[in-house]
Amino acid sequence: MAQLTLRVNGKSHSLDIDPDTPLVWVLRDHLDLTGTKYSCGISECGACTVLVDGAAERSCTMPVSDAVGSEITTIEGLGVTELHPLQKAWIEDEVPQCGYCQPGQLMTAAGLLNRNPHPSEEEIVAEMSDVLCRCGTYLRIKKAVAKTVKGGKS
Amino acid sequence: MSRITNLSRRDFLKASAAATGALVLGFRMGQSANAAVAGGDIVFNPNAWLEINRGGEVIIQVPWSELGQGALTAVPMLLADELEVDFGKVQVRKARNDPRFGNMGTGGSRSVRTSWDPVRTAGATARVMLVAAAAKRWQVPVDECQARLGVITHEKSGRSMTYGAISAAAAGQEVPVDIPLKPKSKRTIIGHDMPRKDTPDKVVGKADFGLDQRLEGMLFAVVARSPVLEGSVKSFDDTAALAVPGVTRTVEIETGIAVLADHSWAALKGREALKIEWDDGPNTGLNSANISERLAAADPAKAPVMRGDGDSAGALTTAAKVVEAVYELPYISHSPMEPMNCTARITGDRCEVWVPIQSVTWGESVAAQYADVPRENVTIQPTYAGGGFGRRLMVDYVAETVAIAKAVGRPVQMFMTRQDDTRHGLYRPTSRHTLKAALDDQNRPIAWTHHLAAPSISGQLNPERFSDGRDEGAVNGASNLPYEIPNIEVTYSMVNTPVPTCWLRSVYNTQNGLANECFFDEMARSGGHDPVQLRLELLPKDSRLRGTLERAQKEWGWPRKLNSGRGQGTASHSSFGSHVTMMAEVSVGDDGWPRVHEILCVVDCGPVVHPDGLNSQIQGVVGFALSALMREEITIRNGSVQQSNFDDYPPLRLKEMPDVTVITIDSEDDIGGIGEPGYPPLGPAVLNALFDATGKRVRKLPIAGNFKG
Ligand code: FES
Ligand code: FES
Repeated sequence: MAQLTLRVNGKSHSLDIDPDTPLVWVLRDHLDLTGTKYSCGISECGACTVLVDGAAERSCTMPVSDAVGSEITTIEGLGVTELHPLQKAWIEDEVPQCGYCQPGQLMTAAGLLNRNPHPSEEEIVAEMSDVLCRCGTYLRIKKAVAKTVKGGKS
Repeated sequence: MSRITNLSRRDFLKASAAATGALVLGFRMGQSANAAVAGGDIVFNPNAWLEINRGGEVIIQVPWSELGQGALTAVPMLLADELEVDFGKVQVRKARNDPRFGNMGTGGSRSVRTSWDPVRTAGATARVMLVAAAAKRWQVPVDECQARLGVITHEKSGRSMTYGAISAAAAGQEVPVDIPLKPKSKRTIIGHDMPRKDTPDKVVGKADFGLDQRLEGMLFAVVARSPVLEGSVKSFDDTAALAVPGVTRTVEIETGIAVLADHSWAALKGREALKIEWDDGPNTGLNSANISERLAAADPAKAPVMRGDGDSAGALTTAAKVVEAVYELPYISHSPMEPMNCTARITGDRCEVWVPIQSVTWGESVAAQYADVPRENVTIQPTYAGGGFGRRLMVDYVAETVAIAKAVGRPVQMFMTRQDDTRHGLYRPTSRHTLKAALDDQNRPIAWTHHLAAPSISGQLNPERFSDGRDEGAVNGASNLPYEIPNIEVTYSMVNTPVPTCWLRSVYNTQNGLANECFFDEMARSGGHDPVQLRLELLPKDSRLRGTLERAQKEWGWPRKLNSGRGQGTASHSSFGSHVTMMAEVSVGDDGWPRVHEILCVVDCGPVVHPDGLNSQIQGVVGFALSALMREEITIRNGSVQQSNFDDYPPLRLKEMPDVTVITIDSEDDIGGIGEPGYPPLGPAVLNALFDATGKRVRKLPIAGNFKG
């Protein structure tokens, strides 16, 4: 067990915790931020994606100790005062079906736009292919990211 | 026995009916009793569907689980249209188990189609009562009053009143019967794109899935289950598990050893530290290869005849030509993104359950059984489900959770890891299809036989009831072959195995539809016919399926000119009351993997309730069915499932997703389902297109490496 401080969505949290605990469980079970999802636990599906200093990372294989000192953003912190443009596009295009993968899809897309505000369609497809959606909302994800890139117009 | 075995039979049958569509669900409406006695904040509650509260808010209860298929939007649209309210202001709730809804089970693509009449009637009835109450208060004739957007107006006198204001008075009335429903031209919500009710929560991380439930004092539990099917615990040592910080205790249940902890990670670490000696049981010799051999050995001559028109055997002996092929399909897993989980709290003689579930009523009976409380003391609150695809029709995970909560006397959330979910799933059965067609001297079919050998989902669960080997569900999509061929014989050999099975999106239509439509293509081409033309010749003139094919032919421009290396294929199939034709354009990449470039889908499901929702379901099922076709396969080795996670059971990804065009034939014909009927034609359309592109027939699935090297 270790004492550590985690910055999540702009707030600091003190934890007494096994430093090997994957970040996803810390967020979900210790900080009650259940928007971040668990699905595979082995970095295959992207459901657990969060932003670590603005970059999309998989929280299921990241020990919490590695996140110390970084600014973590979860889906709950993506559009606080106003919805993030991606969230708006997601609503307009009715992207989700079951919705379970969508926090990970959104955080992955947000990470992409942080790194590259104007990705080409190929770059969007390449990046978003890392995140599984069993409901098959892929075409809408592609469309909603492309629309966001174009400032909300499809 | 290590499996949850004593699940109530009666409820299983109902769930089974809901899943396969074999029986009509005993759906009943809440009747007048509580129209006047609505309690608490609710002032108007004419039936189980609808409540209007003191603030005038309209609340619609949806007894169908939201699995992503849009039930929480489309079903309220039916009610709101007849009720005449602003859909944007309607609140929707996921209904708890309630006997007024009859058997609650979400499957068989029936959320909207079985709601079509009763829910519209529920809305219309409430509207009539509200208008009647207003007319009475104003002392004016009812037919001079109008209801629109939740407001009743009497134009002549210029008076108006909200539903909220009159609902208490309306509640005192008898519930009227025989209310006429609106014609299509008057519908303002049905058939229009309404915003999905669940989308806003789903993009901000607020949707409450099963795994997101948090109760005071709740423990997280994972279960160590036998790696070998039907194995059991011989002995175990939990010393090391209990030493993991956060682990509070362990408990043995029917299916294995549960480890309980304050948080998920501790439970997982604790489970790793368990030392268990397993009794592997009777199945260590079970392998995929010997299951396939058993299917191949099934004797068609001994198989029950599930459909027998004319004399197929005779026609086959006198035929000018006989075409024959065998198709083999593997076990596949549902693998919804949210693994199985359930949260339960037992307090005295009450049991409360929060769970992503399809079989609510079956869940209720299982919870009562494992909590040992009266059934009426059980509440099942369905949560959002992170996908279902049929897996959540089974209630094994509810039984496990309630058993653990009962044993430890604390609220419990039991969750499966992805590995647990894959290894301890219940699978779409493997199947083997032997098809023969007898052709006359014009190469037109005079006989068609289809021998299916496969495990029976219902027969494995309920062997006594299916002891005669006749499972009608297993031949869904085979026995209702839509073509006019004078001699047709469909036979079924029930080959049950220890591998647990479960309904998966469109169930046996996934296999039978594929075998039919691929074989049809083989038959047509071997006789020199265009596969679309031959279908059109053999489909009855008034057939709705034929209508979808004609439309697809036109939209696609079949057969259209393709670039070299490309192929096109078609398939048509009816299931769950809907009729679908798909056409596919494909090629094989340099890496040996097929690429599906484009899918055209023409659907006739009768009235289209939510056009964008339908489009979304078809896009989704294309991805889901294509995923299975390309590389999904569950295999068994020495009695164990070999796959465990998305690395060795890899679903389709965005880069593999084809463009999808969806066209509907919107009519007032009988309404059909939409979640499942898109599945069956996808596989054969793609396989037929691959044949067109390469000259190679794939008859054993998945496609996997078939086009490599
Ligand atoms: S849960 Fe982390 S990548 Fe799947
Ligand atoms: S919306 Fe269901 S998994 Fe993506």
